[in-house]
Amino acid sequence: MQRIIAGLLAGLIFGVGLVISGMSNPLKVQNFLDVFGNWDPSLAFVMGGAILVALPFFRLARSLPRPFVADDFRMPTVQQIDKRLVFGSAIFGAGWGLIGLCPGPALVSFSLLTPEAIVFVVCMTGGMLLARFLANQAMRRALKES
Amino acid sequence: MTEFTPYASLAGGILIGLSTVILLLANGRIAGISGIYSRLFETGKLANGKSAWVQGEKGWQLAFVVGLLLAPLLLMAGGYEIVQVFTGNLTLMAIAGVLVGFGSVFGSGCTSGHGVCGLSRLSVRSLVATVTFMSVGAIVVFVLRHVVGG
Repeated sequence: MQRIIAGLLAGLIFGVGLVISGMSNPLKVQNFLDVFGNWDPSLAFVMGGAILVALPFFRLARSLPRPFVADDFRMPTVQQIDKRLVFGSAIFGAGWGLIGLCPGPALVSFSLLTPEAIVFVVCMTGGMLLARFLANQAMRRALKES
Repeated sequence: MTEFTPYASLAGGILIGLSTVILLLANGRIAGISGIYSRLFETGKLANGKSAWVQGEKGWQLAFVVGLLLAPLLLMAGGYEIVQVFTGNLTLMAIAGVLVGFGSVFGSGCTSGHGVCGLSRLSVRSLVATVTFMSVGAIVVFVLRHVVGG
């Protein structure tokens, strides 16, 4: 139950942060990416502020035996820079630039129930499921071979 | 044009940082939205043979997404005016949605997982991902605004 409450609280605060910061306004995101046009550098402050707060705690977490309400820290273990990472990130960046929404702000927008946000989130979910399906298939194949 | 909002954006960023710290210290997990959200739909057995629902992760993941969805409603209830300007039609929204969904999961993370958490962990992998999606995003906006629309 504590883990669920922590998850809810984290989601709420994250969502409020996305709205207040301007990340949930697609036009603002595109203006941030428009380095050679009417550049609006505001969103650099979002990532900067978030990292400034989070960085020392990720450091601290390494010396903690376990999290407060869960059994273990589960951090990504993969360190390899492969084609999947770069290809996936490039595809994501293309979609992000095209409209100015990434997954978090898209979900926040969904609550406003505009046709744009609904279409985006439905299609985003479809794209995610396709990528998960492909990833799971690749993993199955790898397990079979090993 | 959108107004330069360094203080509001910094404040929002600090809240986002705080949220990742809560998830890290309490649950020991990464606040990567594409990963959390997309895993909600995994109902069957995972490739390792375990059921996705018995690993105790679904509860907080679902709660996190509910929190994200509730946030704008709470802000509006408090009188905050949410500004959203979309620059594309529904077809473009659909295309962008598929690209964002597929790419973020295929590349193992989005702006939150790679951009905030990954960089805070000083992960080189996440740095490569972040530089990639930001550069491609900037190129696409450049083409849209200054080549096609110029």
